[in-house]
Amino acid sequence: MSPRRNERSLVRPHVVTGGRAHPTRNVFDLVTLVIAAGDLPRAGLSPEKLRIVELCRGGALSVAEIAGHLGLPVGVAKVLLSDLVDSGHLTTRATAPAAQQSKVRLLQEVLDGLRARL
Amino acid sequence: MDSALASDTPYVRDSVRTAVKVLIVGHFAVGKTTYVGTLSEIRPLRTEERMTQAGASVDDLAGIRDKTTTTVAMDFGRLTLSDDLVLYLFGAPGQQRFTRLWDDLARGALGALILVDTARLKESFAVMDIVEKQGLPYAVAVNHFDGSPRFPDEEVREALDLAATTPLITCDARDRRSSTEALISLVDHLLTLDAETP
Ligand SMILES: Nc1nc2c(ncn2[C@@H]2O[C@H](COP(=O)(O)OP(=O)(O)OP(=O)(O)O)[C@@H](O)[C@H]2O)c(=O)[nH]1
Ligand SMILES: [Mg+2]
Repeated sequence: MSPRRNERSLVRPHVVTGGRAHPTRNVFDLVTLVIAAGDLPRAGLSPEKLRIVELCRGGALSVAEIAGHLGLPVGVAKVLLSDLVDSGHLTTRATAPAAQQSKVRLLQEVLDGLRARL
Repeated sequence: MDSALASDTPYVRDSVRTAVKVLIVGHFAVGKTTYVGTLSEIRPLRTEERMTQAGASVDDLAGIRDKTTTTVAMDFGRLTLSDDLVLYLFGAPGQQRFTRLWDDLARGALGALILVDTARLKESFAVMDIVEKQGLPYAVAVNHFDGSPRFPDEEVREALDLAATTPLITCDARDRRSSTEALISLVDHLLTLDAETP
């Protein structure tokens, strides 16, 4: 296990996000799934953004998991993730559908999945 | 050139397209962390947010240094339910004043499982208020501690002022089967509610 995983960020959140408190887009839920997109050049990315891109290269993770693995407050992680989606380094996967009919289907799928674990 | 960080991270399966969440809530030391840990397939993770007493993010108060801030931790875990679907469980703190954190937690959540302890039923009122204010459907699970009194369901319902349709179950947060059954009761209830509203 990497000792880096639980390391708390030593840098003040404001420095990490370049002084901004809010993401450029408001699309991130705690469970939005994020994954690296292609192999864009990483030159010029801040150390924190580099760590996020490195982490996301391995596969999909939720916003909350990315924050947890990197020891970042969720609010800070959202700002950085938003920048990285804007710059094309990351992309998001669709999350829960909104329509009522599919909500019922979704709940049924959750229920079936839970029952299968008994 | 895989970093150690990436190589031992439990990623979400490639086929998964949908992620949903359920909140596990309750007063101090009622068993939230235990419950999430029992059901999660990944080692539970924890994030910390620095909040002001007023409930705003510290980030919103840049430059103001003498505000009282508190660190609020929430832990969460993950369950893969099908090739397509993962469920996240968030153990949420019971403090009402962290409005922004609660808005964030509740947004898009399917519902909440409220853990209660029969020895301290009154301590659950505050957290039930939050869940109701957030408009989240919920079920109540008595996490049975050794030595806690066993009351008939009717008395617990009355003490917590539960609607007749709200599921009340008993569970042991340390036990996987029992904890899964509590979650099933919640989702069953959510399904009934959604089938009723056209
Ligand atoms: N006997 C018994 N003990 C339990 C049960 N669930 C949790 N505990 C114990 O109760 C204590 C508190 O449990 P936690 O899971 O940390 O509770 P929590 O709600 O996360 O607590 P906070 O995050 O501090 O509010 C721990 O020592 C657990 O081992 C249970 O079902 N039965
Ligand atoms: Mg806890």
